[in-house]
Amino acid sequence: MKEKTLFEEDLKKLQKIVEDLSSGKITLGESLKKYEEGVKLAQSCSATLAEAQRKVELLMKKDGKISLENFNDTDPEEK
Amino acid sequence: MPKLNKHIYTVSEITQVIKGLLEEQVGEVWLEGEISNFKAATSGHFYFSLKDQGALILGAMFAYANKGLKFNLEDGLKVICFGKIDVYGPRGQYQIIVERIEPKGVGAQQLAFEQLKKRLDQEGLFDLSHKKPLPQMPFTVGIVTSSKGAAVRDILQILKKGAPCVDVILRSVRVQGEQAAGEIAEAIMDLNDLKNLDLIIVSRGGGSTEDLWSFNEEIVARAIYGSRLPVISAVGHQINTTLSDLVADVFVETPSAAAKMIVDKKNTLLTQLAGLRYELDYSISSTLGDLKNKLTAFTHMLKSPRDHLLEKQQQIDELFSGLNYNMRHVLELSVQRSGALIQRLEALSPLSILSRGYSLSLVMPQGTILKDAASIKPGDKLKTVLHKGAFTSLVQEVWEDAPRSF
Repeated sequence: MKEKTLFEEDLKKLQKIVEDLSSGKITLGESLKKYEEGVKLAQSCSATLAEAQRKVELLMKKDGKISLENFNDTDPEEK
Repeated sequence: MPKLNKHIYTVSEITQVIKGLLEEQVGEVWLEGEISNFKAATSGHFYFSLKDQGALILGAMFAYANKGLKFNLEDGLKVICFGKIDVYGPRGQYQIIVERIEPKGVGAQQLAFEQLKKRLDQEGLFDLSHKKPLPQMPFTVGIVTSSKGAAVRDILQILKKGAPCVDVILRSVRVQGEQAAGEIAEAIMDLNDLKNLDLIIVSRGGGSTEDLWSFNEEIVARAIYGSRLPVISAVGHQINTTLSDLVADVFVETPSAAAKMIVDKKNTLLTQLAGLRYELDYSISSTLGDLKNKLTAFTHMLKSPRDHLLEKQQQIDELFSGLNYNMRHVLELSVQRSGALIQRLEALSPLSILSRGYSLSLVMPQGTILKDAASIKPGDKLKTVLHKGAFTSLVQEVWEDAPRSF
């Protein structure tokens, strides 16, 4: 399962890095480090969004107990 | 004149007669009027007046009759009611005992909806300030709808095609009928208990107003209002706004639109990421470009010591030429001055005195100039220098203090 919070944090980090880099107030060494980190973050965020695997589950409740079952959505029954 | 065998009624008797007459002559009627002085007694009975421009009649609707009433009776409401004209003896009042009542002009359900909507609105359930923002990207979405309906099929298909990164947890409920509202409300609460969920979609495909009615129920509205997770309401295929639409954080007109909203979020983020990626590249290359420019500037600055040297050399050259000039000048001056001195020297020279007839005697061999006769004695050798030529002589006689006369 993807971590939404992780994604949002990464995106925030990436935005900060872009800001820092464009400010031009950091040393070349830091710039290169941040650039590398930024590229990694951009790639991992994009990869998360491009993820093609998904899970569809059915939340069942019996006698107050909750359980998850796989839901086959490829062939939904007619209404 | 009064009859002799007059019958004297008691109050109760005459009331009974009137009651009988009214029940017989009027009985059950349909009556139209406006409600005023409405009161709901603690017993559950309703008491009110019905009036029009010209008259007023008291009304009562007992608890058994008003129990299933969907809308609220309130002052000013125009109604059509069915009931029986009755006399209430203890107060000498006639009234209508209402069995059924309908709002005039609108359906009872519609009125109930309007009244509930007004109440929830006043309570703040639709306040914009309470609306939660949707997450930047919902990666796990809960759906409350029927697992057999068209809504779930539409949503899943669009998500699969446009945003396959989104996981779905479906909580299947009935979406119409009497139990539906309770199930929907419970499902919203159950999904809120899940940890990984980002968003809930409450949905149902199109249908008549009656079909969608569960989404107008107070229990559903309150469940959505109480939801920790943001809720998208996607009910029906028509413009009719349900209460769940009004309470939800976001509402869209169709189940598909809810799914498309998530797909859009994903695409927007991808575009944004591409933009950030571009900015990264741009920033680093402009940083490098700046540094390169600085480096070039520094290289230029490194060259300058040689320039300094050349400059100094030039200065030295200039000084030199100045010096030469000055020296020559000084020399010339010296030459002039020495010329003058030589002239003066010449003027002072004893040789020039000699030319005037004086002579100079030197005691030989010392060569000292003879100034005093006392310094010589006869026999000393003298050298006498004349204006032209010289000669030596021997001293014959010395006069130390001879008068200066020749």
